[in-house]
Amino acid sequence: MNDAPVFKDHDADRATRTKWWASRVAIYGALIFWAVICLFPIYWTLTTSFKLAPDVMRGNMVPWWDYTPRWKGWESLGLSPRLVGEVSTVREEFLKRFWNSTIIATSASFLAVVLGSLAAYGLSRFNYRFGFMRNSDISFFFLSQMILPPVVLALPFLVLYRSLDLLDSQIGLILLYTLMVLPIVIWIMRDQFQGIPVELEEAALVDGLGIWGAFIQIVLPIALPGMVAAFILSLVLCWNEYFFAALLSSTNATTLPVMVASQTGSQGINWWSMAALSSAAILPLIVVAIFLEKYIIKGMAAGAVK
Amino acid sequence: MGGAIVPPIQSRIQATHCIMSAEGDLLHTVTADNISENRKRLGKLMVCGAALLCAGLAAWQLAFETERVAFGFANWRPVLYAYMLWATALCVAQVMIRGEAGKRSLFVLPAALFVISLVVFPLLFALYISFTDWNLASVNGPQPNGWDNMVQMWNDQFYWNALKNMVYYVLAVSVEYVIAFGLALLLNAQIRARKFFRVVFLLPLMLSPVAVSWMIGKSMLEVRFGPISRVVRELGFEPSFFGTPEIARFMIMAMDAWTFIPFMMIMLLAGLQALPREVIEASKVDGATGWQSFREVIFPLMLPVSVTAIVIRIIFKLKLADIIINVTSGGPGGATDSVTSFIFREYRDRSNVGYGTLLAMVYLVLIIIFVTLLLKLVSRWMERPA
Repeated sequence: MNDAPVFKDHDADRATRTKWWASRVAIYGALIFWAVICLFPIYWTLTTSFKLAPDVMRGNMVPWWDYTPRWKGWESLGLSPRLVGEVSTVREEFLKRFWNSTIIATSASFLAVVLGSLAAYGLSRFNYRFGFMRNSDISFFFLSQMILPPVVLALPFLVLYRSLDLLDSQIGLILLYTLMVLPIVIWIMRDQFQGIPVELEEAALVDGLGIWGAFIQIVLPIALPGMVAAFILSLVLCWNEYFFAALLSSTNATTLPVMVASQTGSQGINWWSMAALSSAAILPLIVVAIFLEKYIIKGMAAGAVK
Repeated sequence: MGGAIVPPIQSRIQATHCIMSAEGDLLHTVTADNISENRKRLGKLMVCGAALLCAGLAAWQLAFETERVAFGFANWRPVLYAYMLWATALCVAQVMIRGEAGKRSLFVLPAALFVISLVVFPLLFALYISFTDWNLASVNGPQPNGWDNMVQMWNDQFYWNALKNMVYYVLAVSVEYVIAFGLALLLNAQIRARKFFRVVFLLPLMLSPVAVSWMIGKSMLEVRFGPISRVVRELGFEPSFFGTPEIARFMIMAMDAWTFIPFMMIMLLAGLQALPREVIEASKVDGATGWQSFREVIFPLMLPVSVTAIVIRIIFKLKLADIIINVTSGGPGGATDSVTSFIFREYRDRSNVGYGTLLAMVYLVLIIIFVTLLLKLVSRWMERPA
């Protein structure tokens, strides 16, 4: 505030100082309050995975303070230090689901980013005419897929996949997830490409590159951060998807959310193993959030601000 | 920009015999394409050949399944391969027939083909099965049954109830918006450890709704040992979160809000950071208090971003299902059912494909009407000078 000592204890000055402190306390109070709301469920899940039944019943909260952490929950997944060297069917099962989730989410996001970037680039640079559809109509066609509720597609796909023998296969889920995130990718990437000046490509064309050459050699490197943002956002959506996976997969291609959901009902008060399973399902994305937060925010902010 | 360089007559000729034509591009290219008649013919031949192959295989398979032909394939996979071959041929032929213009349409064509084949065909198929009595458990297969499903839907109290719940769920977006705006303002204030708080506030969005439904719905809200139940009991109430319809619905809303508030928050934060600083400073110089500058300057400037965030959030909200399926499965008495979770159970428990699909199609029509009206309303309201 004011540095001159003469004015420091002036009445008006004191009032602003109190007001300033009050606003600080209010702001940090609110921030910390919401941070606790965000973090507590995660903290609860992680700590519960190291609890035994009595700890859960007594409502112990702080590890090493009011209970001793045990590996029991993680042992039920075959993922504790004691069991790491041994053969474990539960772990195989878990790793298979984990692997399915990884494969499906990454391939779907990758495919969506490739298809979506190409389409977004084309729509931001050239004028197309497809029957009566102009550029804006084509864009709207792509973006309107966002309002399509999954439940409309689910049952036809179930029947369709059964006749195509794609039911319970990774490819089937990959195709659907790609379709699901494609509009979001196009939305983000269109914004990215519009921000790149056309003069760059014009210069490349003058220097003898074709439009595809200019796209791959000049535009792609510039748009890469945006593509990473779109990729990560799609990854999050695909990793967490439950509805299609629950309907269209049964044994081979089930993903982690389906595994979590299938255990919820059956195990009753077997909290530690559910907590361990939930933790394992959310940990990869928490790591992603912490390290790649910049890209996630960039991706979501892309469409918001024109 | 470009456009004018291409002589109009030439461009009209171009437009007449191409599916997609490019004129008036932002990135304009002038190329002298010299495509021989043979090359064009070969391209057209490829597309037609692949299409014939695909149609032929499909017809044969259909004949095999209706037992007119003795032998065929075990499933429709070969037809799918033929379809993919046709799609590839179509893309390649674009370049063969139209040269440079074809290369340009190659940017959009793959995505368009992908979406059309994965949305339009299934939707047409859905339209057909929604007027059949298809139950996966029945041996007869689909039998068209006219308007029976419609009549059944009209008398289905649970479906209307689910639609009514969707209205409540959508209305909850307004509360989410207020909280998200508050959080965005907090994050935009002069604070330390901004990055830490941003990551922490973002975390709920990363968690899968299924995990959330266990973490919060099944363990933290568990009546005997859940931490929230303990707090409620300490306060002197008897915890029961999914007993009465109102509280159960509120709990679902709260869990969904918990996961999705960060989504709106980040969009609003991006909007706040893009605000012109001068305007806000000018309002401060003019002596506006914090509340006044928010109400008169920041909020009106944020309207476009707010509208985008709310519309997208509503679109996501209309798909709400995972948490409901896993926490309450619609109970108590359908009080928390969303349309999606209701249809999910219709399929899972009763295998009623025909009826379920009709419900989904009706829902789709309702959504399209609702979203179109919403967008119309929004655009009219935004154009009006405030």
